[in-house]
Amino acid sequence: MNNHLKHLAREAALGRMGRREFLGRAAALGVTALGANTLLASAVKAAGPQQGGTIKVGLQGGSTTDSMDPALATNQVALSVIRLWGEPLVELGEDGGLEGMVAESFEASADAKTWTFKIRSGITFSNGQPVTAEDVVATMERHSGEDTKSGALGIMRSITNVKADGNTVVFELDNPNADLPYLLTDYHLVIQPKGGMDDPTAAIGTGPYVMKSVDMGVRFVAEKNPNYWGDLGNAGTIEYVVINDNTARVAALQAGQVDMIDRVPPRTAKLVDRAPNITVHSTAGPGHYVFIAHCNTDPFANNDVRLALKYGINRQEMVDKILNGFGSVGNDTPINASYPLFTQLEQREYDPDKAKFHMEKSGYDGSILLRTSDNSFPGAPDAAALFQQSLAAAGITLDIKREPNDGYWSEVWNKQPFCTSYWGGRPTQDQMFTTAYLSTADWNDTRFNNEQFDQMLIAARGELDEAKRTQMYADMSTMVRNEGGLICPMFNDFVDATSDRIDGWKDGVKGHALMNAYAPLKMWVKA
Amino acid sequence: MNPVVKLLAQRIALSLLLLLMISVLIFAGTMILPGDVAQSILGQSATPEALANLRAELGLNDPPVTRYFQWLFGAIQGDLGTALTSGQDITSAISSRLSNTLFLAFWAAVIAVPLAIFLGLLAVRYKDRWPDKLISAVTLASISIPEFLIGYVLMYLIAVKLRWFPSVAMINDGMNLWQKLNSIALPVAVLTLVVLAHMMRMTRAAILNVMQSAYIETAELKGLSTFKVIWRHAFPNSVAPIVNVVMLNLAYLVVGVVVIEVVFVYPGMGQYLVDHVSKRDVPVVQACGLIFAAVYIGLNMIADIVSILSNPRLRHPK
Repeated sequence: MNNHLKHLAREAALGRMGRREFLGRAAALGVTALGANTLLASAVKAAGPQQGGTIKVGLQGGSTTDSMDPALATNQVALSVIRLWGEPLVELGEDGGLEGMVAESFEASADAKTWTFKIRSGITFSNGQPVTAEDVVATMERHSGEDTKSGALGIMRSITNVKADGNTVVFELDNPNADLPYLLTDYHLVIQPKGGMDDPTAAIGTGPYVMKSVDMGVRFVAEKNPNYWGDLGNAGTIEYVVINDNTARVAALQAGQVDMIDRVPPRTAKLVDRAPNITVHSTAGPGHYVFIAHCNTDPFANNDVRLALKYGINRQEMVDKILNGFGSVGNDTPINASYPLFTQLEQREYDPDKAKFHMEKSGYDGSILLRTSDNSFPGAPDAAALFQQSLAAAGITLDIKREPNDGYWSEVWNKQPFCTSYWGGRPTQDQMFTTAYLSTADWNDTRFNNEQFDQMLIAARGELDEAKRTQMYADMSTMVRNEGGLICPMFNDFVDATSDRIDGWKDGVKGHALMNAYAPLKMWVKA
Repeated sequence: MNPVVKLLAQRIALSLLLLLMISVLIFAGTMILPGDVAQSILGQSATPEALANLRAELGLNDPPVTRYFQWLFGAIQGDLGTALTSGQDITSAISSRLSNTLFLAFWAAVIAVPLAIFLGLLAVRYKDRWPDKLISAVTLASISIPEFLIGYVLMYLIAVKLRWFPSVAMINDGMNLWQKLNSIALPVAVLTLVVLAHMMRMTRAAILNVMQSAYIETAELKGLSTFKVIWRHAFPNSVAPIVNVVMLNLAYLVVGVVVIEVVFVYPGMGQYLVDHVSKRDVPVVQACGLIFAAVYIGLNMIADIVSILSNPRLRHPK
């Protein structure tokens, strides 16, 4: 009987028998549902990744105006396409650690000012050329040149020199930085032949797939690269379809036209999950929805006004109503538990009395103008209305000005003193703080100007003692929490969904949505 | 000169003049849009030198009149310039999008136009009886519901529940005609529902108008069947208003289907235009505007020509 049960489990794992049918037959053999499920799960693992087949993915965010140049990638679609054909030097592991990709290994000098990356031997680009240290150097140069438009320029600024030395590449930095390999996981920095100087849009790299068909903002098809060095990539063909409309994307999954989608709207996620052949996956990440006030503009220049706003927001209500539970409460710092050296600070709660106290202390008695738009984050106008209500309980008047989506990022965000926005988060504290809280950062959208904070940020980069570094980041988070212009009510989860035609999803993978955009490569079509 | 030929020549010349005036409007309209093109290409961190270089490269320093004529002569020769965002040749990029849009519009028209006219004739035949009322009720209901909602409802019922046709109308060159038709079935159905009522109501009204005439009575007295009277005697004399409405709806099928394209992820002109508007890609917006205007004017011109040819009074003016 035992062998028979194992056989049934294997059949079910390979998809030759439905899950319900298996449970029914197992029950007939006297096995409890719990036991049968456990058996099934281990059988599925034993069945392991299957090779071949086609995985189709419906993605949000692509546009016909996108470019194949990785330097210009800005959205989930562009990121997912890069994952197919290209690889950076190192990549974030599923647990947030580091894995070598084009670089086989890497090491820092004792002061973390010089880093050496050893290029993986014997690997080739998809055009057949071997990968050399010169290609890596050229790639870094293309992303850091004077006239580059690369999204990775901010990261490259701290690198003073990159040079090839045999089969190694040496990075020299202006200041020590223990996080350099994390910075190099940035998806713009995929290694291209000659750095892509000849043709940045050629989509030639060392990745597990080769692009077969490219239609910007519409559809991308890639086939397995037979000469790929690693074991990434199960499906023979991967197809991305850009479906920007939420309802259409969910319908495509339900109709079986795609096997996987990103950004399931939180409002309908539970409904979608109820379908028998679909599973919704929620992954906590570093992304957060924010209300940002300029610390150098009245009335927000007064820290008591900022504190009044921070005490006047009901974080749990926002998580419940805006995210429908697919997220967690924020604490007015951009850092949460998804960062490697995280320390839990005291949670700030909604307290109308304290909000009132700080507002009165500030001496400001006018109303406060908040600008918002639909595209600043999903549900932003609703969140603004909730904020208005919770502040009203503290006797503070919030005026909401609805701005058009078109032009919001160029005319309102980072220009107007108080508005709604979102951040995707970064793999490390250093990168997040450097991008948006260093006083000289281009994207310092709260105009946070704190000399002590800046010094600590630079010092923490060179601090190789992990305990000390953790403490420094906790102190910096506290500074932003108590003095910054960031009002962060919630961290949003990535909500993705897959059909039961494919298998191999892993929960809790750090980075971007869809298992750091590796789900199409790491999952497989069930046999 | 034959008066009909003269009349047609006048009508065509008028259309060309109209198109020319619209090209001026499109050009002037995109000129007065806020924001500098060079600035929006290079982004916030652009250096003054890079801005100056790009402005010179794009010819933004020339006087507007010179630029207009350069653009116009290019457009006449089929050269619509290059897209600012991707650097691609606009003519080749648009031609595939335009052919997709025309493909969808063509099949929607092939179904909707004969269906609308047939339903209109049927409604006249059974005027004020239940078939007339049913046809009117159904078509008026379908035109009153927002098209994206019809799209979602059909998507849920036909694609998700019944799985007859795909919910994503993705077509590409690798598909044969049958696969393409299968793929666009749902958007064609929605578009048909949206344009049906207008054409059907106009057919009904135009024919009923003619049905009051004395010669219809004569035809009836000759003993012709009602349907034959409508088809042979009433319909030819009410062609002009019907063709006008049909052409307006055909134009809508080409230039007004952005929402349907987004809902069904169809790679047509609408989505292409919207993406480029939001990136301030002015040459593409101008090119799309010009093409849409040409389609509208062209179809209306055809409607007028058909009216002229079908009307004996216009064919033989005193």
